[in-house]
Amino acid sequence: MPIDSIEGLAKRIVLSVQDYAILTGRAILNIFQRPRYFADLIVQADSIGIGSVPIVLLTGFFTGGVLALQSASSLAQFGATAITGELVSLSMIKELGPVLTSLMVSGRNASGMASELGSMMVTEQIDAMRALGTDPLKKLVTPRLFATVFMLFFLTILSDTVGTLGGAVISVFMLGQDGSQYFHTAYQTLRFPDIIQGLVKPVVFGFIIATVGCFYGMTTRGGTQGVGRSTTQAVVVSSVLIIAVDLVISQFMIGVFGR
Amino acid sequence: MEVREDPAQPVLVFDDVSIGFEGKQVLRNISLTVSTGETRILLGPAGSGKSVLLKLANGLMRPDSGRITVFDEEINSMREEQLFELRQRIGMVFQESALFDSLTVRDNVGYRLMEQKVPEGEVTDRVTEALRFVELEQTLNKFPSQLSGGMRRRVAIARAIITKPDLILYDSPTGGLDPITSTTIIELVMKQRDVYRTSSLLVTHRLQDAFTLATHTFDRAQNHMVPIPNDGLDSKTTFLVLHDGHIVFDGSTHDLVHSDDPFLKEYLS
Repeated sequence: MPIDSIEGLAKRIVLSVQDYAILTGRAILNIFQRPRYFADLIVQADSIGIGSVPIVLLTGFFTGGVLALQSASSLAQFGATAITGELVSLSMIKELGPVLTSLMVSGRNASGMASELGSMMVTEQIDAMRALGTDPLKKLVTPRLFATVFMLFFLTILSDTVGTLGGAVISVFMLGQDGSQYFHTAYQTLRFPDIIQGLVKPVVFGFIIATVGCFYGMTTRGGTQGVGRSTTQAVVVSSVLIIAVDLVISQFMIGVFGR
Repeated sequence: MEVREDPAQPVLVFDDVSIGFEGKQVLRNISLTVSTGETRILLGPAGSGKSVLLKLANGLMRPDSGRITVFDEEINSMREEQLFELRQRIGMVFQESALFDSLTVRDNVGYRLMEQKVPEGEVTDRVTEALRFVELEQTLNKFPSQLSGGMRRRVAIARAIITKPDLILYDSPTGGLDPITSTTIIELVMKQRDVYRTSSLLVTHRLQDAFTLATHTFDRAQNHMVPIPNDGLDSKTTFLVLHDGHIVFDGSTHDLVHSDDPFLKEYLS
């Protein structure tokens, strides 16, 4: 019956949110309990962070370049090409750096986490871990969570830097603008609230990527098909959540700081 | 013929245990006991809930109703941290081995020891000893993907026995293996039963392997299994049969084979 299935769907959603909240809460609290798997955290930081550097560099560089390119014609109408640096810098640091970096890392790592943990679930490796006296949340989820949050913070800074540089390259070599003016306006325009906004976002987005990826991984059922489903859902849900939460954070920050 | 000894201290007790998933009742009012030194073989067709029963015994799942007691401690409402302590005395061999594929055989078998921060040298020694039991010492530095199915199963047994557990749970240890490899695995189960006298609960749907276990004994001098003389049966090996979520038989090999129950006669034929 249609009404039963809506009720069933609502119950499943609420149950999923509850399970997600429990997993997330325990994963955070685990850092305060022994044993702590510091070696696993380093391995994950290397895999998630260092492993994502190439795509973050490329994404950042081309995004900054495209921003400069696309804004050139509009700004020229007002004779305001001098503020290209300001525009690229603010857009990258407040918005595009955090969001695009997080979306790239989500595509690469939320899927990786979901597929790795999902494969372990369907081959009973998670049960084997529990049978051998190891808490899978402490061993697998907590290191991934803290590694993602920590590394995404620095990846975003990298992306912002490379993005500003990309804008500079396009402005100077393609649009014939003055390089020192570009960097001068890029730096001058920044205020403390902009930086704060640009650095709070990656922390929150990193949290979303890791918790959503691990949640779908740890709740995988149904063999290889299930792993495929979990992987896809992890990327889709984390990407959509990043964009939605971005709006919330932006609104909150603008409300608090005024810009 | 076999002689039943007096029941010893129970190692594992299920008392009226039931569990269901997604509206379907998998196990209903299950009551069984595994005594010290006993090997209980749980027979049942594929999909009858045998793996679920084993996971309940190890606290990996919680029953909907009933009590499960392991080493005199009630586990059905225990927290996971408390269960970790108890699981040090329980070894479990999973259906598809469940080896960690990113770790070598040495790290797989020594996993529990490494978690307990045992020194590396001692880990290697104890892993080598466990692998010697399953005759796979040469695979120390290999990865599970480089091993055959039978070898992976033997490594899984080594991983389960390395801490000399008081109870071993085997989940279809010969499932998916050819007859010759299955015999090798059953021989290892027999060796553990006869040499170390470990209590165990073995679930399987392979009648042939179950009866081999009941009718043979491990000869240490010859280092392989031999039939028990005079068509004898191992006195410490008894059977349970699971059907439609219920235990429909609980007794000796002799009683099972000579049962008049129509379902059992059909199942064994």
